[in-house]
Amino acid sequence: MSRRAAYEARQRRRANLIAGLSTIAVVGLVILLVPMAPGWDAVKRSFFDGETFVNTFPTLLRAFLLDVAIFAWSVPLIFALGLAIALARGAQSPALFPLRIFGAIYVDLFRGIPVVLLVYLIGFGVPGLGLPRPWNSPYIWGTVALVLTYSAYVAEVLRSGIESIHASQRNAAICLGRNSRDTMRFVILPQAIRRVVPANMNMLVALQKDVALLSFIGPVEILRQAGIFKSLLANFTPYVVAAVIFLCVTVPATRYADYLLNRDRNARS
Amino acid sequence: MKTVLTAALFMGLASAVLADGHCAAGKTLTDGTLTIATGNPAYYPWVLNDAPEAGEGFEAAVAYALAEEMGFAADAVTWVRTSFDEAIQPGAKNFDINMQQYSITAERDKVVDFSAPYYTAPQAVLTTQAVIDGGATGTMDSLKGLKWGVVASTTALPVVMEQIQPSQSPLVYDDNANVTAAIQAGQIDAALFDLPTALYLSAVVVEGGAILGQFDPNAAENPDQFGALMPEGSPLKDCVDAALTALTDSGKLAEIEAQWLQEATGVPLIQ
Repeated sequence: MSRRAAYEARQRRRANLIAGLSTIAVVGLVILLVPMAPGWDAVKRSFFDGETFVNTFPTLLRAFLLDVAIFAWSVPLIFALGLAIALARGAQSPALFPLRIFGAIYVDLFRGIPVVLLVYLIGFGVPGLGLPRPWNSPYIWGTVALVLTYSAYVAEVLRSGIESIHASQRNAAICLGRNSRDTMRFVILPQAIRRVVPANMNMLVALQKDVALLSFIGPVEILRQAGIFKSLLANFTPYVVAAVIFLCVTVPATRYADYLLNRDRNARS
Repeated sequence: MKTVLTAALFMGLASAVLADGHCAAGKTLTDGTLTIATGNPAYYPWVLNDAPEAGEGFEAAVAYALAEEMGFAADAVTWVRTSFDEAIQPGAKNFDINMQQYSITAERDKVVDFSAPYYTAPQAVLTTQAVIDGGATGTMDSLKGLKWGVVASTTALPVVMEQIQPSQSPLVYDDNANVTAAIQAGQIDAALFDLPTALYLSAVVVEGGAILGQFDPNAAENPDQFGALMPEGSPLKDCVDAALTALTDSGKLAEIEAQWLQEATGVPLIQ
């Protein structure tokens, strides 16, 4: 080992040691100091009650399946509609100008309205027009509200991806005899979509939490179930259980996306 | 010295408001004042016009009668608003007592204190004339087949699940307004409320609303009883209980009930 390598290794060990000690000190202080607060026992009983945790966990996990289901059927709709809106906004032909206007208004409108309002408006309003069962189901119209909001966001993300592709790509494709439709489909979109994967992963994590907003119009998903337990038991621990279940899904999902991105970057460089 | 004098003067004033040796003396948040919490908004017929200060509505009237019994004049009562969550959170509370139709349950009693009950609420089934025309009747068999909705923060959900055992799982909402919206949208057939709330909603809020029937509160194992909520270990509890007992014994409580809550005898019992 050269002197320089030895020096660097020594520096690295020293940095690791300091990082470790400082982390231990901070964690230790938190563990030591927080329980010394006068209200800690009450907070612990209200938020971290072991018995409540164990008792409510199975029901909450079952309720979480509803979140997963709503999420699963919403995502394809969101991306399909989001892509359509992004393409509408990017339409080049003068004859398609109304389509561009429509895309712009759509995005402005649905990105601007709070999701909660949209969930109420569509979840209660549309069925209130007199639809018969099962077509007035809160699951259907709640999903519509989520799709409308999130497709507006996704459309903007995709549009930024499309615009980030250099004009030379389009020109090269035209030179090769591709028409504009094929250019978009085979040249622009594959690159654009790949470029905005991290932003879209962000959307998915946000969506996964906003699925809970459907509980406002009736469905008993995990946060609603936790709220029911909270009011029956007068204890907030069920929300902590819900958070743990959420984290068990979102953390691995985010890490997996990071992994995919890294692999993609490494493969290209 | 000045502060001591001020303090002494204050004590003198306080004891002028509250007779010495009265059970609430020195036990309230602000000496000489009783701070009472209600919902935001407070619902009819418990509080009229969302204005508890007027003393109109059953709970508002009970609150002022209770305060008087405990030695507080009407102008010594302060109102605050809390949500259900604020009432059960750990840590300091901003009210002495909280009255917003809290059902007394053993689980809740572990975290907060309840006074003696001031009202026993029969549970009633709110629905619409259209559902009744569709063949729904006040029998258990018929109730099982309905699509139910309840408010999450109430004790109605366990009643629906355990007593009615509906064939479809009920939908759950944040508050009365959302339940009535869902009834109006035809997403649910029926909802379970305490009878005074159900009567109000069916008469005023829900278009074509109707009451299918009420559950006999005397037949229920754990009748739904409303109590005033206090922080766990509140020193006021004995005082509030004594005042409520006095109000019950003197017939004042029944009088207030008769004045503000509709006569419930016309509503048929669920078979």
